[in-house]
Amino acid sequence: MDNVSNAVHYIFLTTAACFVIGLHLMNHPRTARRGNTVSAGAMAVAIAATVWLVAHEGTISTTGWLVLASGGLIGAALGLYAAREVKMTAMPQLVSLFNAVGGGAAALIAVNDLLQADHPAALGARVSLPGALDIVIGAVTFSGSLIAAGKLQGVVSGAPVAFPGARLLNVLLPASFAAGTVWLVLAPDSLVALYGLVAVALLFGVTMVLPIGGADMPVVIALLNAFTGSAVAMAGFVLDETALIIAGMLVSSSGGILTKLMADAMNRSIANIVVGGFGTGDSAPAAEEGAPAQVRSVSADDVAIQLAYASKVIFVPGYGLAAAQAQHELGDLAKMLTDHGVDVSYAVHPVAGRMPGHMNVLLAEANVPYTRLKEMDEVNPEFPQADVALVIGANDVTNPIARRPGNAISGMPILDVDRAKSVVVIKRSMGHGYAGIDNELYTDPKTGMFFTDAKKGLAELKAAVGEFVG
Amino acid sequence: MNNLDLLTAITVFVLSVLVGVEVISKVPATLHTPLMSGSNSVHGIVVIGAMLIAAESHTWLGYVLAFAAMVFGAMNVVGGYVVTDRMLEMFKARPATGKSTSDAREKAEV
Repeated sequence: MDNVSNAVHYIFLTTAACFVIGLHLMNHPRTARRGNTVSAGAMAVAIAATVWLVAHEGTISTTGWLVLASGGLIGAALGLYAAREVKMTAMPQLVSLFNAVGGGAAALIAVNDLLQADHPAALGARVSLPGALDIVIGAVTFSGSLIAAGKLQGVVSGAPVAFPGARLLNVLLPASFAAGTVWLVLAPDSLVALYGLVAVALLFGVTMVLPIGGADMPVVIALLNAFTGSAVAMAGFVLDETALIIAGMLVSSSGGILTKLMADAMNRSIANIVVGGFGTGDSAPAAEEGAPAQVRSVSADDVAIQLAYASKVIFVPGYGLAAAQAQHELGDLAKMLTDHGVDVSYAVHPVAGRMPGHMNVLLAEANVPYTRLKEMDEVNPEFPQADVALVIGANDVTNPIARRPGNAISGMPILDVDRAKSVVVIKRSMGHGYAGIDNELYTDPKTGMFFTDAKKGLAELKAAVGEFVG
Repeated sequence: MNNLDLLTAITVFVLSVLVGVEVISKVPATLHTPLMSGSNSVHGIVVIGAMLIAAESHTWLGYVLAFAAMVFGAMNVVGGYVVTDRMLEMFKARPATGKSTSDAREKAEV
């Protein structure tokens, strides 16, 4: 290694350290933005250093420079456009798309490395093993994330898609996978093995994500995020770049931790989710309109009186709120109540939304201060003191039946909404949640059901509360 | 190009996992989405790999693959950081407009 190469690798080391510092600063909303800036700055320096290294080594052709510059500019422009234009409700799709391109790039690096080698057979397992793993993980992530993004966007059906022979395929694919990987490791110069493995991996990504239902998307995105990280780390092994190994594994641990947290919050194992289960359709069935006799139906004025005379109110937002784009109405209502002297906080269940922490972002966008956003463990002891718990678009995560054994959601951690002094649920109908079971909260005598669309209902509440608090 | 021995590479690999777990498990659930998109941009470091293969490519197929990897990697880096910044900008202790009458006390969320 000459001096320039040495210098560049010290820069890479600093970059990796800055990534860790950046992630560390993410542990509080106050410092998180600075953390992201540190990480981005380090990335910019690392890219500049790589340009220096590439120019210094001089093996790059003019076409190579052209490829490098044009590809970089086009990619940067696309990324910038997507990041600026995306709606906060569509964030899971975008993260999924970035997982796809990250995994895809990692796979392409391994493919190119094997193709460019003069004597691939001479590379040995030191390169061909991580290379094969990189191709497998990267390609699975690429196609899987694209399908996940399609499902979230509604381009691909959100319902678990079953097709004839799916089970057989899911047995055969991993087998051909293992065989292809071994083949490529043993014969890195075999083009058939290389392209065959890419094809099988792409197909596997599709068949893995297609059968998974919309409600399980937070787990799937986190899992694919972990995959992307691993693929990038493998690319680091192929290219002998520790910076890629460090960054890749940081991401992989992050994805792994989030996957585990999400699965725990749904009380399901990761294997169970990937195999496909109750995470069915994206929209709640609207067939059973109207209120059966045993539930108490309330009007906007009733709820407004309750809210205006309460001293402590807890909002329980679910994905239904985001789907109705009503988070701004909720933020406005909270502000009216806060100005009136009511203590308002938000109980956010870990799986509220379409990806980990999604609901918090949507509420932050609606100008809700983060000090009011409470995690499940923090807010549950507060419910008994709450005069009103207002549930908007959340269902299964509020169902007290989860505390008893023997049903679809037994053991799932829930928000203790039923322990509040009174409960109001804004809901279009008595339709079921993803688990497809009745919610006992709705038939509780202290629960009032306000049957309406979340956005319309909150607008009515705003008007009615406005009359009281002037 | 093999200047990194396997044992060193694996050591780095294992230590990175441990550091990652240690740092990430301290991030509050409130910030999980920005964490995810932020770590997403970190794996955009793959763009460096793409640049290195662009430097070694001398065939048309190599150029095409390097070009695709460059587009993907650059999109990952730029988009990831910009969107994370956009999200984190929204997290404020107090609403941007109006004043809140209640105490917006800062609670340590660790």
